[in-house]
Amino acid sequence: MPLNKNLKKVLLIGSGPIVIGQAAEFDYAGTQACRALREDGIEVVLVNSNPATIMTDKVMADKIYIEPLTLDTIKRIIKLEKPDGILSGLGGQTGLTLSMQLAKSGFLDEHNVKLLGSFPDTIDKAEDRQIFKDTMISIGQPVIESQTVNTVDGALEFAEVIGYPVVVRPAFTLGGAGGGIAYSKEELAAYAENGLLLSPITQVLIEKCISGWKEIEFEVMRDSAGNAITICSLENFDPVGVHTGDSIVIAPAVTLADKELQMLRTAALDIVHALGVEGGCNVQMAMHPTSMEYTTIEVNPRVSRSSALASKATGYPIAKISTKVAIGYTLDEILNTVTGKSVCAFEPALDYVALKFPKWPFDKFIYAKRDLGTQMKATGEVMTLADSFEMAIMKAARGAEIGLDSLNMPKLKGITDEELRTRMQKPTDERLFEVFEALTRGLGVEEVHQTTMIDRWFLNKLMNLVNYEKLLAEGKLDEETYLYGKKLGYTDKVIRALSGQQLPSQAAPTYKMVDTCAAEFEATTPYFYATYNDPAAGGENEALPFVGKAKKGTVLVLGSGPIRIGQGIEFDYASVHCVQSLKKMGYEVVLINNNPETVSTDFDTADRLYFEALTPEDVMRVIELEKPIGVFVAFGGQTAIRLTKHLHQNGVRIIGASADCIDMAEDRERFDALLESLNIARPRGFAVKTKTEALAAAQKVGYPVLMRPSYVLGGQNMIIAFSDADIEEYMAIILEQDAENTVLIDKYIAGIEIEVDAICDGEDILIPGIMEHIERTGIHSGDSIALYPAKSVTKELEEKVFDITKRICKGLDALGMVNIQYILLDNEIYVIEVNPRASRTVPYLSKVTGVPMCELATRVSLGEKLADLGFGTGVFPVGEYVAVKVPVFSFEKLTDVDTQLGPEMKSTGEVLGLGRTEEEALFKGLVAAGYKLGRTGGVFLSVRDSDKAELPEIAAKFHSLGLPLYGTTGTVEILEKAGLPATVVPKIHENSENNVITLLESGAIGYIISTSAKGRDPRRDSVKIRRRAAILRIPCLTSLDTATALAGCLLGSYTQENTELVDMCTL
Amino acid sequence: MQGYLVLENGKVFQGQRFGATGDVFAEIVFTTSMTGYLETLTDKSYGGQIVVQTFPLIGNYGVISPDFEGDQIGPAGYIVKEWCQIPSNWRSEGNLDTFFSAKNLVALSGIDTRALTKIIRNAGTMNACITSDPSSVDLAALNAYKVTGEVAKASTKEAYTVKAANEAKTVALLDCGVRNSVIAELNARGCTVTVYPYDTKAADILAAKPDGIVVAGGPGNPAENTDLIATIKDLAASGTPMFGIALGHQLLALAMGYQISALPSGHRGSNQPVRHTETGRVYITGQNHHYVVDIASLDNKAKVLFEHANDKSCEGIKYLEIPAFSTQFYGGPEDALFVFDDFVKMMEG
Repeated sequence: MPLNKNLKKVLLIGSGPIVIGQAAEFDYAGTQACRALREDGIEVVLVNSNPATIMTDKVMADKIYIEPLTLDTIKRIIKLEKPDGILSGLGGQTGLTLSMQLAKSGFLDEHNVKLLGSFPDTIDKAEDRQIFKDTMISIGQPVIESQTVNTVDGALEFAEVIGYPVVVRPAFTLGGAGGGIAYSKEELAAYAENGLLLSPITQVLIEKCISGWKEIEFEVMRDSAGNAITICSLENFDPVGVHTGDSIVIAPAVTLADKELQMLRTAALDIVHALGVEGGCNVQMAMHPTSMEYTTIEVNPRVSRSSALASKATGYPIAKISTKVAIGYTLDEILNTVTGKSVCAFEPALDYVALKFPKWPFDKFIYAKRDLGTQMKATGEVMTLADSFEMAIMKAARGAEIGLDSLNMPKLKGITDEELRTRMQKPTDERLFEVFEALTRGLGVEEVHQTTMIDRWFLNKLMNLVNYEKLLAEGKLDEETYLYGKKLGYTDKVIRALSGQQLPSQAAPTYKMVDTCAAEFEATTPYFYATYNDPAAGGENEALPFVGKAKKGTVLVLGSGPIRIGQGIEFDYASVHCVQSLKKMGYEVVLINNNPETVSTDFDTADRLYFEALTPEDVMRVIELEKPIGVFVAFGGQTAIRLTKHLHQNGVRIIGASADCIDMAEDRERFDALLESLNIARPRGFAVKTKTEALAAAQKVGYPVLMRPSYVLGGQNMIIAFSDADIEEYMAIILEQDAENTVLIDKYIAGIEIEVDAICDGEDILIPGIMEHIERTGIHSGDSIALYPAKSVTKELEEKVFDITKRICKGLDALGMVNIQYILLDNEIYVIEVNPRASRTVPYLSKVTGVPMCELATRVSLGEKLADLGFGTGVFPVGEYVAVKVPVFSFEKLTDVDTQLGPEMKSTGEVLGLGRTEEEALFKGLVAAGYKLGRTGGVFLSVRDSDKAELPEIAAKFHSLGLPLYGTTGTVEILEKAGLPATVVPKIHENSENNVITLLESGAIGYIISTSAKGRDPRRDSVKIRRRAAILRIPCLTSLDTATALAGCLLGSYTQENTELVDMCTL
Repeated sequence: MQGYLVLENGKVFQGQRFGATGDVFAEIVFTTSMTGYLETLTDKSYGGQIVVQTFPLIGNYGVISPDFEGDQIGPAGYIVKEWCQIPSNWRSEGNLDTFFSAKNLVALSGIDTRALTKIIRNAGTMNACITSDPSSVDLAALNAYKVTGEVAKASTKEAYTVKAANEAKTVALLDCGVRNSVIAELNARGCTVTVYPYDTKAADILAAKPDGIVVAGGPGNPAENTDLIATIKDLAASGTPMFGIALGHQLLALAMGYQISALPSGHRGSNQPVRHTETGRVYITGQNHHYVVDIASLDNKAKVLFEHANDKSCEGIKYLEIPAFSTQFYGGPEDALFVFDDFVKMMEG
């Protein structure tokens, strides 16, 4: 069936802010969908609340609404735009759920909107546990045997039928409380008794335990004619039990014999047929390790994280093809543009393996539980391509930016064998390294397999690395040994370090092409990965014929690696815009990045893509081949910036801010000297190396002080210390991670925080906009609500900000993008931080001001002048709209992380609110960020001493809305003194039946304001309350400023029906 | 031990030998299948060919004899990027090296298989030699080498019968290098299969009054099997339902007077899409062929039943005046197994 000609206008719903489990992959998917629709002449209406996306760029769609992704808003947009169809499967779970609600309520039919892609019936079959099970049984597919029981005897009886171990899942308990795995009758009796007690309906589910089975996934594509293919199989390194998003995954599956693979493949296709999926679908299966028994775990009938990975792993663009299928095409009508000779009704053949390694936030959340289980915790991932598992995992270890360049984790070297054995039993982010350590110590493949159930295939491959390292340790390093090491994925640096020898030579990689077909057809995909093949063995570098043909020269752009807290999708946005600008200018552009979720690693973003780790050696090898005229490091976040020094020392030209400029901004002493010479104020502070020095520095400047390691990212390990004890605690943590690190101790000034992104052409500067944080200093800029234009910046102050910014830029000899954070206190301006690179706020500010910041920065970095670029110099005039950037968190997914905001960044994503007034913008921003803004329920207040003076004012606002106030004794006393009635709630330890936690669980509380003293430690009451709030999804405000802003919205007159819907394309 | 691959154009790849010793002269082909190496290794249609695996990691699940497609090794030689020394699968009986040594298969690892595949792809067909001494290779002889007489080698020497558990039909299978899975699929559908040597007379086969006849396999250029083609012509004339698979598909077409030509480069792998012309549905299939039935040579007595979704070449024929059809594809993915059902239906009238 060809294109459905009735579709003239299609609505696409994006996935909203980045949260754990829903990241940049949906920007990649949405961007592909927009292109696929427009290719067929279809008008695209796009809704997404996330401004830090390529898909919300003006050029991507005809109408773009950066509006809250709520049912009310989407309905208004449908009424306004009258689309013919709505694409349901491209915007993650968010887009899917909204589409289903619209379809099921009859709204789509009423408005003559055709649902494209996943249908309600399909979704029900996939998402409803019982319907799914019934569907599987109806087509003869095995399901995990389970039964609900109401008595202990019932549980024991059923366990006899299915055999031990069994999983016990109590019904309707929070976070699965009371559940577990029972290995024996006795254990089951205990679990069942407890579970039945905890379950409000006295019911537990007894399920056959399949942990330890192989976890296999298929990415399937099916069209409306019923043609279905598997794009690739994927096998998890970690057996069933760890969420696939937290697993190391390899594609294709490697331990299944063809009989097993074909059996599972056929099952996956049968399932997708039974569900009636049209588009991409992910099928997760479990395969018994020593029999032909299998079962289906889960089906996701939409584009997903796995499909983004599979797209990048195979070259088959799943989101694009899903879109084409949704608008009517069949797979054999769509040409595979990679080969130009084959159609999309084929299955990609790989002649390499692709490996995914997750990126977890535990380096930032030191008190978070590192255990991995059914709840995904990773924020991002890296992918590597190689012709062996060994090389793939080595590339992953060094590319994940976890401070490693091999699988040896230094901190495991000191633990005992017994401790190692214990640790290995529990899956955590460090298990791969524990396994490697165990193999290195000679614990043996068999024992490690029995402990972890990781397939022996993977363990034996790891043994190849262990044995190689032993060989190197003997000091033997001839030509053959060296080349073998390169094939195993070792960097020259590691080979040198492990062998203690100089290298016999330096091998150059043979870059290979990703072509979807294992060379069956000729392809010219400019998508490469490094392998090492001996010239005598026919080694061919396939990138070579592409290189050196550029008329104007080649430019290398470095991407930003895996998504993590503090370095998110914004940097991918910036890299992509840099690439696009360079292409426009006539340069040939080469990009290096290893994040499969992104638009930057789409093979037609740059002229050539090298899917490699952003490490000195991997980048240098590409540079030696490509010989670019220079390298952009300014758009790839700290990942790219960190490489500057190495590149500079190797004679590579850094385009934009020089290595010296970057160093001056980061080196405390040099930066202080610069500010002093310019007569610009900054909070007083010192750089220290030891605990003693830190304590002395704090004494000198006086508490509170801000402490952080130098070379920080997203305020990693940054705290406000109020006492010597704080300093002692945090120095220990920081020095454990890197004893060489310098720690900065600064006076903490509580003022208004102002943020500026400027573009400097070497002489003039342009400030596209000045932002102001709603929260006063002390909360990381990434976690603050940022308001544009800055309301506290008067014309006079604006001139002052411009003057200081310009002087700093000149002083640093900056070129390109510069981000500066200031504190405003009593009309004085203090500099907190300067980053001569693209910042987190670039996409936000670009979109609301209309200034193409990345393009201007790219152009001036290569010599153009701001005066010639059409946007002038000075502070860019503000437009008619007010914008807020509101942070979004993933706290409910991270056990034991305190939700209190501070100088260390905790948010994973952001949304935009755009309005005619600050109030309207804030209302939209907060709604988009997930606040329901209900005007019911009580308010529980608990604030630290320093906030107590301001407490009555904020409490009065909630009181005037008619919301009852609650607090602990001290708080209530203050409120009553101010004439505000409030109810005393006992502390947790005071009363086990009636306390703060039971109050929260009762559902009586609508808002929590909790700023009480320093948190972090999960055992503290304040942390327990905030954690409970996160699980219960009760809005918990940890800053009085945020609370005031929210109260303002509640007091105002805006609703989701009367805000203005702004089409970004008309701004 | 070092070993070399010498191509007919003189290009030499240095690798490491494993498996059996000795030199081998053969045509060189590749397969893009990522799994299924055991099926490939025991597939007689690879007779006279050195097979290059484009997927770099081969032997991961070891040797599993119940999965074999035949009792002998199909290819003449085998080339991989890396073979797995310690396989991992609960059914594995050992690694490839031991297996190849026992079965006398010459193999080579450690060469840039992607670079090699591109050369083979661009050449269309090519001869090659695996050797320990590249200087000893006579390039003229290598260029002159032709795969011939492979069907005789691949076919059974004695007729034998494989009974179906619930026998409903009897099928005569003319063996040109059949894969065991073909027999198993027929058995599963209640067909007892009698496998005949390729040179059995048509009259002898028809004398047993089979409900249907399958011609399946195999290696080489179909046109060289003139006697066999004549036999098939006689079998077709009998009006007995017929099903041609792979080489059998080509032989049946030749027997019915149609032409065979060579593809620019073959279809090699288990990801080949074919379109069923009667329904428009596309199925993924396994294939290893270079020759193809010329669609232009078909007349009004035959129509294309399956076409390749990429190059539109012939992947199956339905005969309109006799109860017969054929498919070029076989094995690998299970998508198109319904053709066996179709054959049973044809036998049922």
